[in-house]
Amino acid sequence: MTPTTYRRLELGALTSTAILLVAIIPWLHANGTISNFTIGVWGKYLCYALLAISVDLLWGYTGLLSLGQALFFTLGGYMHGMYLMRMIGDLGQYKKPLPDFLVFLGWERLPAFWEPFASFPFALSMVFLLPGIIAYIFGFLAFRSRIKGVYFSILTQALTYAASIMFFRNNLLLGGNNGFTDFKFILGYNLAAPATSRALFIATAMAVLLAYVFCRWLSQTKFGLVQQAIRDGENRVLFSGYATAHFKLFVFVVAALIAAVGGALYTPQVGIINPGEMQADKSLEAVVWVAVGGRGTLLGPIIGAITINALKSWATRAYPDLWLILLGGLFIIVVLFLPGGIVSLPTRLRSAWQIFRAAPPPSPASSPKPPLT
Amino acid sequence: MSHPLLSVEDVSKSYDGFKAITNLTFYLNAGELRTVIGPNGAGKSTFFDLITGRAKPDCGKIEFGDTAASTQDLTSLNEFEINRLGIGRKFQTPSVYSDHTVWENLLLSLKGPRGVFASLFHRLTSTDHDRLHEILATVRLESKHDWKAGLLAHGEKQWLEIGMLLAQDPKVLLVDEPAAGMTDDETDRTGDLLLSLAGKHSLIVIEHDMAFVKQIARHGQVTVLHQGSVLCEGKFEEVQANPKVREVYLGRGKHGSR
Repeated sequence: MTPTTYRRLELGALTSTAILLVAIIPWLHANGTISNFTIGVWGKYLCYALLAISVDLLWGYTGLLSLGQALFFTLGGYMHGMYLMRMIGDLGQYKKPLPDFLVFLGWERLPAFWEPFASFPFALSMVFLLPGIIAYIFGFLAFRSRIKGVYFSILTQALTYAASIMFFRNNLLLGGNNGFTDFKFILGYNLAAPATSRALFIATAMAVLLAYVFCRWLSQTKFGLVQQAIRDGENRVLFSGYATAHFKLFVFVVAALIAAVGGALYTPQVGIINPGEMQADKSLEAVVWVAVGGRGTLLGPIIGAITINALKSWATRAYPDLWLILLGGLFIIVVLFLPGGIVSLPTRLRSAWQIFRAAPPPSPASSPKPPLT
Repeated sequence: MSHPLLSVEDVSKSYDGFKAITNLTFYLNAGELRTVIGPNGAGKSTFFDLITGRAKPDCGKIEFGDTAASTQDLTSLNEFEINRLGIGRKFQTPSVYSDHTVWENLLLSLKGPRGVFASLFHRLTSTDHDRLHEILATVRLESKHDWKAGLLAHGEKQWLEIGMLLAQDPKVLLVDEPAAGMTDDETDRTGDLLLSLAGKHSLIVIEHDMAFVKQIARHGQVTVLHQGSVLCEGKFEEVQANPKVREVYLGRGKHGSR
């Protein structure tokens, strides 16, 4: 396959996926073939795909195993969630113009930091700013101190753990362990209306496609080469005049932003965001999606996130007690027998088929083994 | 005497009480090819670590510059800053990016801007192209330019890393055991290549193989390190004849007969 035919094939596949996600599925939903529930669930899978892309950009492409990506995902979700809470207005349980949990905590007036979140543009910029700034500060300190490998993983996990403890507290005034829920409107549209679900699905699909195209572009720039070189031999990169810490910091911030967009789209589609989403096991799950889908590939994380979450939806209904065992088993099987993940299956099968065809037909009568010398 | 390009003065470095380098003084002139030999544990690799910023000396001065006015203190800089001044290093075990092609390995090393945003929007000019092809020809990897570097033979990886060093176009090349794992023919060619670089570049070569040292030290000086300091310096023959050197190094082991 020449590079041009490969390019054309890739472009074709990308376009048809885009048409499927942005036009066909929404059309099937509009005429009732796909239920409101189903499109919501698929929207959620695509949000998780963004989280997986973020993990893969760090782990697969730069060799940085971050166990804290769920934090940035959840922060994005919270920033959007604050806007959605403001949009409830006085339609809450207590019929007061502030979010129910604040009324419950005895607040009469809205805390000052909640004020600007009535504006969608403000909330949207916070979706990027807060996770971006936290990733920048954390990354700056970690990479400047040359924290690598397992120490980096532990530190990112500690960060998300600490944040979840903070968010579980009621006096942070972000809803405590219940988080935000009971959303009513987004940009003036009713969140319960099928057309709103459809629009959110299309927005999510477009975010995934954009993230894919961005990563595809990034991987073929010189930046992408440096990024992967850091993964394979950071010392050589450092001794070639590249400030590897700056490159890692850039990737870390970009990955945090991608995760944050996923979280921001997750909140209205799932209808709830709470600190449970930023607990350490959520980040670990995202790592499993990437490993199963195919680490260090562009499609792997998307396929992994969708496959495992679809499997989860089915298994938690059919065999609720067995789900974690199933997930662990799947992870072990992939690590042991399919290190390239699901995306490596076609090549694997093709080479297995070629070996099978090349092998002479077995003749059971003869073929004595040559004596061992 | 002309101003030395690289001067290491009275430098010491110890790791947990073990003195890797003790009061080492060393000067390198522009255009020189210096060979450094010494028994295992003499501090050769630590010496390179100190120059390239991987390790910081406990005391002493390390300075680099063509003239007294442009001289810079290397001990306050880190690895990539020192590299940008024009000091390139080849590691003892070939370190190439095994998942990148030979071409990409060289491209990443090519002299040019090193910043994050510069690399996002970087494009190869035709001069860059010609330069890369020239280097490919020099290190004889033209036919394998699209191979993954991880698939190359050991000797070829060594050559690729030398090529990566050339692509950086450094003023000083620090070369750690370039001939390790090479055939006699490859070793010979490596020697010729290093000799051809001297003059335009300055080189410090660490080597164990005495036949190779003899080849590359034809015109230049040899420095013998022992227990972290310079035991003696001079022409290959002088060094070879020095009884102290014979005692600590040449006098034992497999190289003793030469």
